[in-house]
Amino acid sequence: MESQKQVIERLRTAFRSGVTTPLHFRLTQLQALLTLLEDNEPQILEAMHKDLAKPKFEAVLSEIDLVVNDLCYTISNLHNWMQPSYVGKNLATKLDDCFVRREPLGLVLIIGAWNYPLQLIVAPLIGAIAAGNCAILKPSEVSKATEQLLSELIPKYLSQECYAVMCGGAEETKLLLENRFDHIFYTGSQAVARSILQAAAVHLTPVTLELGGKCPCLIYGRLDIKAGAKRLVWAKFFNVGQSCVAPDYVLCTTEMRDALLPAIKDALEEFYGTQAQQSPDYGRIITDRHYDRLMELLGKSEGKVVIGGDGVKEDRYIAPTVIVDLKESDALMQEEIFGPILPIITIESLDQGISFINQREKPLALYVFSDESRIVTTVLERTSSGGFCSNDGIVHMTLPGLPFGGVGASGMGSYHGRWTFETFSHRRGCMLRGWGLERISMLRYPPYSERRLGWLRWATTAKKKGWGGCSVM
Amino acid sequence: MWQLTEVHSCLSRMSREQLVVQQARKAFLTGRSKPLDFRTQQLKSLKRFITERQKEITDALKRDLNKSENATLFYELLGLEGEINLALSKLSEWAAPRPVAKNLLTISDEVFIQPEPLGVVLIIGAWNYPISVTLQPLVGAIAAGNAAVVKPSEVSAHTAKVMELLPLYLDPEMYPVVTGGVPETQELLKQRFDHIFYTGSSTVGKVVMEAAACHLTPVTLELGGKSPCYIDKDCDLKIACRRITWGKYVNCGQTCIAPDYILCEPSIQNKVVEEIRKCIKEFYTEDPKTFRDYGRIINQRHFKRIMALIEDSTVAVGGENDESQCYIAPTVLKDVVPESKVMQEEIFGPVLPIVPVNGVNEAIQFINEREKPLVLYVFSSSKKVIKQMMAETSSGGLLANDCLVHFTVSDLPFGGVGNSGIGHYHGKYTFDQLSHLRSCLLKKLSMERVNQVRYPPHSAEKVRWARLLLLKQVNLGRWRQLAHAAMLAALAAFVIRRFLR
Repeated sequence: MESQKQVIERLRTAFRSGVTTPLHFRLTQLQALLTLLEDNEPQILEAMHKDLAKPKFEAVLSEIDLVVNDLCYTISNLHNWMQPSYVGKNLATKLDDCFVRREPLGLVLIIGAWNYPLQLIVAPLIGAIAAGNCAILKPSEVSKATEQLLSELIPKYLSQECYAVMCGGAEETKLLLENRFDHIFYTGSQAVARSILQAAAVHLTPVTLELGGKCPCLIYGRLDIKAGAKRLVWAKFFNVGQSCVAPDYVLCTTEMRDALLPAIKDALEEFYGTQAQQSPDYGRIITDRHYDRLMELLGKSEGKVVIGGDGVKEDRYIAPTVIVDLKESDALMQEEIFGPILPIITIESLDQGISFINQREKPLALYVFSDESRIVTTVLERTSSGGFCSNDGIVHMTLPGLPFGGVGASGMGSYHGRWTFETFSHRRGCMLRGWGLERISMLRYPPYSERRLGWLRWATTAKKKGWGGCSVM
Repeated sequence: MWQLTEVHSCLSRMSREQLVVQQARKAFLTGRSKPLDFRTQQLKSLKRFITERQKEITDALKRDLNKSENATLFYELLGLEGEINLALSKLSEWAAPRPVAKNLLTISDEVFIQPEPLGVVLIIGAWNYPISVTLQPLVGAIAAGNAAVVKPSEVSAHTAKVMELLPLYLDPEMYPVVTGGVPETQELLKQRFDHIFYTGSSTVGKVVMEAAACHLTPVTLELGGKSPCYIDKDCDLKIACRRITWGKYVNCGQTCIAPDYILCEPSIQNKVVEEIRKCIKEFYTEDPKTFRDYGRIINQRHFKRIMALIEDSTVAVGGENDESQCYIAPTVLKDVVPESKVMQEEIFGPVLPIVPVNGVNEAIQFINEREKPLVLYVFSSSKKVIKQMMAETSSGGLLANDCLVHFTVSDLPFGGVGNSGIGHYHGKYTFDQLSHLRSCLLKKLSMERVNQVRYPPHSAEKVRWARLLLLKQVNLGRWRQLAHAAMLAALAAFVIRRFLR
């Protein structure tokens, strides 16, 4: 059994050999990853069911298909993305070549999370491979079945010289982080993110942190209550609320709340029947510890449970729960819920709702439900968040053209589609000059004279007229 | 004379730095830095600062670094003015929502990326181009709609004093200037910022990043390192050496992108030495010490540091020095070995070692055994050699057949990689680096019936339709796109009928 250091050394040697750089190699590996997913769909679904009782529908859509789509998108576009992008030339630089190259960083570390155990490891991996790096994957040890499956399948399909899976818990991760990487990609909690950043600082390693927080859902103004309630319920209880972009809590007026509650009840019944525990489409809490945490929060809360509230520990089942009449200081409002409990906080005005949001940390996602576009625009303009979606939940992260990431406490950096490729690349500014025009170059050499400076200022004034960003040197 | 902030801080038992940051945050939260008019007005005021205070600035730089007036105008103010002008002309374009390619399913939605301010940015400047490296990031910070705390380097003390005049031109609460040394910087770093932009050494860079880690603050680190300069046998040596001489001895070698050392074949070493000797004479006269366009080392500590570096190497040109003036003559060392002192750290002075290597492969190996530099220079008439250098090495930037000038191209990202830095800036890159690019999807509550496919309860059939309709991404040519649109409409109609409750 290789030690951590041996694996790292082996992968670094592979990177130094240049094997991961050619387009052909990257495409072959990406194809192999695609084959891995296609060949092993039943096993993957089985593993996720073991870990999270993930309904087949959810696993297929939010894990397998999401990643397969990203793979296909990357495979089709990689050749383009790898081309140098030439920057504008003006009169003075007509003989020069100025362009930006995307180059691999080296050896990257990808640390996954348990709530979407496949997607959160494989989606970053796609970009890491596409960008020409070697990669170490550290799947979450909490989603054990998926961790086990990944550690078997990845070496079977991908180059073992260039990609490795390392398993283990907090201790092993801590040891791993003492090593030097060229980029660290982490999905998880803020507390752990801080220690990852500190470990990265020792080596000046750039990081991408996909964190979380409480994603507010502001429901205001004129609204198709039935449609709104359905989308809200779908987004909230998808994966039993264990999504970093799940609407954490709702902000709305008392009237709105009273109109929403029956619609939410109807939607829940339509989706999961009267007994959600019997529905094959309703998942489970990941571990006993997380179950206890959620039930404790519910117990401490001073709000009134109007829907659900019950749980069965042996099954790690918590009913879809809606709770009202909470104060800002409530236990449920102090941390990210990450479970099937939906607090509804009443506000008196849109301004109050916006203030409420702005007094808190910037969330990963912000939702507004309203048929009035003026309200949507106002909230968009007066708040900040990683991403923003109106009249729906979660789906904004499925679009490969949109960068997915947080801001402030919800994270730094972004990915999906081309953005993952860019995250794992170094953008190297290149300028190739010729030997000619040395007479013009001479204007810049000492001794400096007013006259020469005058000529150079004239030449660089061309910039003002929008001739581009080059100055004569 | 006590500043108002000092009085306040005394009264409230907060440190001055804490108070300043708090005030900046308060100013930012008023929202006044967001409208484009405000940003434009502040940028224009910044421009006025450098025009109206030109005399104070050039005087300060003369006293800090013995920079001549023309050198300051050329190397500090010209570039800065260019960046301000670019930001002024492009601001509305940069700040506008950026549309994103839509797919078949988002055809009726609005999908775009909205650039937004981050909040309060900390800019820590350096002493070598104190105006340029402190204020260029400020241009981007203002353009992106942020508040910014500016901390000029205390090492270039006279320039720091001039920067204290900034609040007379800019919104004083939104863009305060905090002067001071290490304790003040440490106190600043304890505060929470939304981004920290640091220019300086890798050692301090690590400290900055660690402090930022406590608040999960993203950073841009413009660091340094030893920037190699490979001179190929096949090149116009005369022009190459002239450009290298210029690039090396500007600001007395105290430039983060100065060619730190030369790699070349032993057969051309003597010619290189001679050409450089000639250029030094041409640029700086026989006696650079008395020549107004030749600078000085910033202080005695750095003077001693640089002199110690050349102890165990052979001086081919120069070597003269005068501690009382912090003067070191333009110096070239030859036959330098990798173990020598001068090859152990970034020189940041007017000393140019030549390390003989046997051809481009050995040069590449030499470079790759070391930390990734901020810039890599290659002088060659052979496109093949340049391509090979580019393909087989990594560095912040790469410049063939010249030195320094890539810095002036605003469309090129300027920054390091690995030990030479994190992030990049210049032009639009500064704007983007100091913005949050927020993904936005604006949907309507209509067309709900199509959504039925994604709701539970899930039948095997529904799963199949959902896979087909909801997420299948295809990169289609225009014709196939039209065909698919038609198919989608037909499918939607079918699905509505099939699953309508």
